[in-house]
Amino acid sequence: MTDLPDGVAYRRFDGERRLATRGPPVYGEPTASDWRLWDAGRSKLGATLAAGLDTGLTGGDRVLYLGAASGTTVSHVADFAGPTYAVEFAPRPVRDLVDVAAERPRLFPLLADARRPETYAHVVESGLDAVVQDVATRGQAEVALRNRRFLAPDGRLVLAVKARSEDVTAAPEDAFDEVLARLRDGYEVLATERLAPRHDAHLAVVARPD
Amino acid sequence: MADDSGEPGWYEGVDPDDAGRVRTQIEEGTTDEPRDWPGLAVESGFTADEDDYYDRLHEATTAATREAAREAGRADDQQLKHSIRAMDDADRLANELAERAVEWGESLFDGVPGGLDGARALADRDPATPAAERAVSLAAEATRLAAEATALRAHVERTAPAVAPNLAEMAGPVLAARLIALAGGLEPLAKKPSGTVQVLGAEDALFAHLDGRAPSPKHGVIFAHEAVRGTRPEDRGSAARALAGKLAIAARVDHYSGERRPSVHEDLRERLATIRARADDEGAGGGG
Repeated sequence: MTDLPDGVAYRRFDGERRLATRGPPVYGEPTASDWRLWDAGRSKLGATLAAGLDTGLTGGDRVLYLGAASGTTVSHVADFAGPTYAVEFAPRPVRDLVDVAAERPRLFPLLADARRPETYAHVVESGLDAVVQDVATRGQAEVALRNRRFLAPDGRLVLAVKARSEDVTAAPEDAFDEVLARLRDGYEVLATERLAPRHDAHLAVVARPD
Repeated sequence: MADDSGEPGWYEGVDPDDAGRVRTQIEEGTTDEPRDWPGLAVESGFTADEDDYYDRLHEATTAATREAAREAGRADDQQLKHSIRAMDDADRLANELAERAVEWGESLFDGVPGGLDGARALADRDPATPAAERAVSLAAEATRLAAEATALRAHVERTAPAVAPNLAEMAGPVLAARLIALAGGLEPLAKKPSGTVQVLGAEDALFAHLDGRAPSPKHGVIFAHEAVRGTRPEDRGSAARALAGKLAIAARVDHYSGERRPSVHEDLRERLATIRARADDEGAGGGG
């Protein structure tokens, strides 16, 4: 069993061992003393950690999170990480994301398109420890390649690839192979893991700049 | 060592107390390469230390992003409506002008190809007479208009996913924008039954039919979707109904929640697979 990042731990909720982080509750999730449940069924990064994948994430990391949506997962990241930049393109979820960020002094929300890093590179710092990516658009490898510029040479890309965003009709395996092949233009892939049954047709990928 | 050669960060030249200016910088600034902004900000004297920098960054990003999201949520479907209509107009006019210029050009020059390619070729010719000068100039105008149409299309493709993420993912950004424009906005679209969504955009064809210029319309703009076009003719009605139903749901999710909902897309995929399996079943049975 791989070590979880500092600040992420298994705690008992209703008698069950579940992932948890410490921070202000966000979406009515169960809490146990100062820990709050991180539901791996609702979070691809949570599922990646629960699957035991070595993400290379550690407590206090500087993180860029792409595809933050309304901030559910990124709130847990901000709980254990250091400065965390959260990029989301859809205005409506961003309103919730801003509320999540308001209670977390080192979470920085940005309304921007992850396919256009030049629109936030004047805010997001270089040399980050990790880029976490969960964007449901076609060209997920391309997004990862374009955002490689933010990573330190030994930084980590932790990616959740959604097969159906690439091609709804292709077999997931084919879509994954295509994404991984493109990803290798700029990354060394360190580990992959299917996230089924929690997240059907999703592949978790850990990679570092090549 | 601090160097001044790179592009500036968001905080450069900004009075931290000027909220409006800070917001503009965060939202509209661009830089190709990120840099060690916290370190540079401290060196330049913008903040006392890194902690102070992050405090200011937090204040600036939450305020700017809250404001930007509020504004985007208000106006964007209307902006998208203008963009897609302008794109269609520019496309249509570019083609009409190109056709006119080429027809003219053919009477003046040899070897002018048809359509926009013809207009582009014509625009590079040397006019020898006042008439040729006008024809060449008209061709150049058509070419510029075609470039504007392309730029408008790129703009639609960029903005539609922000306005309606599910609809844009399902229909593609251009068709999503078209549906929103035809309905008059995202909210009106979200309130339409799927039967109406299915025939949105068939109005032009209907009037053409009434004028005796076209057969009666059977489908709206969703016919451009691969789910419909890529299905054999006898199953297209089913495919169009299935697609329209899911598009209507996608529009509602986009309007009322604004978050991506994967299940809608998976439902559609499964429904289409079932419809298309009919052709395979018959094919396997040797029915042809």
